[in-house]
Amino acid sequence: MSNLSKPIPPAGGPSALEVEIRGKTFRGADGGDVRAIEEIAFQVAPASFATLIGPSGCGKTTTLRIILGLDPDFDGRLRLPDDGAGRIAAVFQEPRLLPWRSVEENVRLAMPDADAGRDIDQLLSILGLDEMRSRYPSELSLGLARRVALARAFAIRPSLLVLDEPFVSLDEQTATRLRTLLMEVWSARPTTALMVTHNLREAVQLSDRIIFLTERPSRIRGVHDLTTPRAERDSRWREATLSTVAKRYSGVL
Amino acid sequence: MRLDHSVTAERSIASRLGPGIVTVGSLAGLLAIWWIAAIVADSRVLPAPPAVAEAFWRDARTGELFFHLAMTLMRVAGAFVIAMVVGSAIGILLGMNREANRFFDPWLILFLNIPALVVIVLAYIWFGLNEVAAIGAIAVNKIPNVVVTLREGARALDRDLEEMAKVYRFGLAKTLRHVVLPQLQPYFAAASRSGISLIWKIALVVELLGRSNGVGFQINLYFQLFDVAAILAYTLAFVAVMLIIEFLLVQPFEAHSTRWRPKRARG
Repeated sequence: MSNLSKPIPPAGGPSALEVEIRGKTFRGADGGDVRAIEEIAFQVAPASFATLIGPSGCGKTTTLRIILGLDPDFDGRLRLPDDGAGRIAAVFQEPRLLPWRSVEENVRLAMPDADAGRDIDQLLSILGLDEMRSRYPSELSLGLARRVALARAFAIRPSLLVLDEPFVSLDEQTATRLRTLLMEVWSARPTTALMVTHNLREAVQLSDRIIFLTERPSRIRGVHDLTTPRAERDSRWREATLSTVAKRYSGVL
Repeated sequence: MRLDHSVTAERSIASRLGPGIVTVGSLAGLLAIWWIAAIVADSRVLPAPPAVAEAFWRDARTGELFFHLAMTLMRVAGAFVIAMVVGSAIGILLGMNREANRFFDPWLILFLNIPALVVIVLAYIWFGLNEVAAIGAIAVNKIPNVVVTLREGARALDRDLEEMAKVYRFGLAKTLRHVVLPQLQPYFAAASRSGISLIWKIALVVELLGRSNGVGFQINLYFQLFDVAAILAYTLAFVAVMLIIEFLLVQPFEAHSTRWRPKRARG
């Protein structure tokens, strides 16, 4: 799991993210129970980037919600990096910005009070949001709003970063640009990160570890570690890896 | 390009002046109808505008009119603040708590349907002919309406933003100020708009029944003297006060709190 592209000492918590969900059931609208998760257990090493991949409706988002503490009703246990002392940042499927606050206010509001006055110029400028500071979210395109959501997540210097399909419903060009930006900001201060996606290309480009899930009720189908440093991941490497992975886990591409 | 600019500039001036001209014209029309009707009727009970203006000056010169306006305004303001605060708190609570709502809904329907007059009379009997009973009675008449409006607002709160606030550890004060209250703003605006006009109408009845000053008291007095011009003078003076409040306080505040909305959606 060592990754040569990360010379900076890990800034995430010293302990790994450990997830162990032994069962999660939803009460359906008709009164019947729907079993969403059978058993999911995995770890994400400190300051590494992991991705959850699985078919639609397999409980990926549910897993993230459990990790975020938004759904306490499940069997199993969690161990957060830093043992929960650090902060968790989330980038949701929709940007979830406050429409009545400007871009800068949206970012600053998430920051802890002790940190309130900190300089976020560099972060905003890497993400290309310099000119947008005083704009309101309704004036932004989806791609820009997603960048603001990324800025908000990184601004709090989290010990765990959770991303739920952050590039969905963007055109490919914008999504690629955003992925590059995400890696740029993340590499500057690597933090333990867990992303949900159904885009295997994206997973192969970004992750140190890919966790495949089965259909509902979901289990772990397999775990694939990628040890090649990100800097050496050219398009040839990516195509080769994609076909290896696709061969091992049929139907994921 | 230049032509385009001047055309759009003209249009924007016209569209800015347009509503103002229409408003003035419409009010002038109403005044004309009143005037003609007064001349045709030629009766004590329908005085012409100059007679009303004269009655206005008569009471304005002595300061009497402003004293009574101020007393009514004080009651309206007091009752408005109480009704908004209490009504919003109850409304938000009921909107967020299904069980509480189920329990208190019949109470709400009951209070919505108690006539204003009954509340006022009971308040005076139970608490005496005093200021507290007067303002309290006005507020109680308005509270159920505020509750209903704010309950709808609380039901429509965005879960996604609430979760975002939770993940980013906003805390209670930050969540209220930056996440919850801005979402309720249109509901506050609706409740206060409908509230302020309802409240001043009820305030007059309250004054008529049990106070010795205020616009309602004066109207009762002039009713007994059969002085329609003075009644109209007091009514129009207070309507003018309410319009000034609308334009100087309510509308600028609303424009400020909805500045983030895309321009075309702004009312």
